[in-house]
Amino acid sequence: MIHDWLAGMSWMVWAIVLPLLGAVCAFLFPRRAAVIGLSGAFLTAGAALAVLLQIIMGGPRSYALGGWGAPLGIDLVADGLSALMLAMTAIVGAAVSVYARVYLASSPDKVKRFWPLWLFLWAALNGLFQAGDAFNLYVTLELLGLSAVALVALTGSGPALWGAMRYLLVSLLGSLAYLLGVALLYHAYGTVDLALLGERADGGLMLAVPLGAMIAGLLLKTGLFPFHVWLPPAHGSARAPVSALLSGLVVKASFYLLLRLWFTFVPEGQGVPLLLGSLGAAAVFWGSVQALRQKRLKLLVAYSTVAQLGYLFIAFPLAGLDPALAWGGSIYLALSHALAKGAMFLAAGSIMTQGGHDEIAELDRVVDRMPLTLAAFALSGISLAGLPPSGGFVGKWMLLQAALAQGQWFWAVVMIVGGLLTATYVFRVLGFAFTKSPHEHERHDVPPTMEWTALLLALGAVALGFVAPWALPLLDGVLP
Amino acid sequence: MSSALLFAGAGIGLLLIGAWALVLRAHLIRKVLAINVMGSGVFLVLVGAGAMGGVVDPVPQAMVITGIVVAISATALALALVLRIANATGKPALPEDRERDLMDEEGAR
Repeated sequence: MIHDWLAGMSWMVWAIVLPLLGAVCAFLFPRRAAVIGLSGAFLTAGAALAVLLQIIMGGPRSYALGGWGAPLGIDLVADGLSALMLAMTAIVGAAVSVYARVYLASSPDKVKRFWPLWLFLWAALNGLFQAGDAFNLYVTLELLGLSAVALVALTGSGPALWGAMRYLLVSLLGSLAYLLGVALLYHAYGTVDLALLGERADGGLMLAVPLGAMIAGLLLKTGLFPFHVWLPPAHGSARAPVSALLSGLVVKASFYLLLRLWFTFVPEGQGVPLLLGSLGAAAVFWGSVQALRQKRLKLLVAYSTVAQLGYLFIAFPLAGLDPALAWGGSIYLALSHALAKGAMFLAAGSIMTQGGHDEIAELDRVVDRMPLTLAAFALSGISLAGLPPSGGFVGKWMLLQAALAQGQWFWAVVMIVGGLLTATYVFRVLGFAFTKSPHEHERHDVPPTMEWTALLLALGAVALGFVAPWALPLLDGVLP
Repeated sequence: MSSALLFAGAGIGLLLIGAWALVLRAHLIRKVLAINVMGSGVFLVLVGAGAMGGVVDPVPQAMVITGIVVAISATALALALVLRIANATGKPALPEDRERDLMDEEGAR
């Protein structure tokens, strides 16, 4: 009976409506914002996981909003890839919400605005992962960008405001390029429904120009090298829970959209995949080297995001022989990066709360004072570096196999050197955390909830390595 | 040359003008205006491309209306941010443009 009830509910709609409702309520009742926000977060996470269960049991689903079907109405569609992304958002979102409630408790009143903005962001993410047409994707993309920028600006300091402003300009530019692509696609094929577009698109310039504009806009929003300059200031200057959301989830949304377009149109030719792969390789090196050079912990973690995003693009030139292996690896890396980077930013936030600063060289015996947080940092580092048995290992291993199967040694070397560099900058932080700093620092107590949520999220990133046999089959039928 | 093609061509022109100003102008309000000019360009392309067959297609117009709503919210957020930047740092500019004089020819260029 519970089974029937679960299967009968339109959880796809609830996954969007619940965070929207929560956001409006949290905005209207700021004094109760934390309670409303947290319950909204748990309900949303539950709805998203219910969509995952529905798709595991019954395959891809679609829902015509208001009973109007495509092409006139707006259809929501969800397949295995959407379900994985929804679940990723639910897990990271729930952990960040629990952390944020404690983290923000001591902050000034204005920070209560975090809750409505974060729930709007979540609604946009869930909408984006379930959107079935190119224009609806544009609207969710803009909603996502606007709420993300406002979240960065919550910090209120000059550098954070600059970071937010640059993020806003880049985000709007990217969305406009995407919208131009949508306009040209509609002109060429008379529809914006992705499934119909996939059937009608016939290659040639009519497809190449709009697709080029859309991909360029999305690369800008994903922060792929050399379009990454806006990313470290925005992610590094936001408050810790916000940084975790931006680095873990928001950049994945535009990457997901890129994959969606790629899978729909399957562009021909070798040039663009090779270009994307090369930019990805450059991002791995540049991001890792910059991370090594940073003096502040949060900037190090932000540059690490630049590097890790590079890995996701290495799948493009490797997808020729065995698409399932390359794309599966890339998507799995994206999932495990979301959990690991979320945990790493939360851990960095706890370290910053405890010492009142985030200078790496001044980390003062953090290992004695907050062993749980340091364990969270180290575990997420393991997943980022791709050491077994973490989720990052599974993703990298699949990409390595795809590279070796085609004899493309270059990409394998990039991934291995990138992994070594990742381990180096993680161990650099750990080294300073074990030693005494030359100067005395004030100390604050960190609530255990903050330490535990970071640790559980990091454990989740490692545990992702064990659920791969169940998660990867969901992608059957989605990949080209 | 049909009027629809003229609209689409003008849209592309606006897009380029906006992009040029977005990169080169230092004053943040000018950057926000540049984004708005670019947005108008894209809307013109949408409407123009939708009217090229001679029959006016209502779907692109509906999209443009949605797009305008999004553009207004984005502009509101951008202006609020510009105000807060000017209050917090004393100058409505990004750090790399702070040395430039925002009001004279150099800042305008």
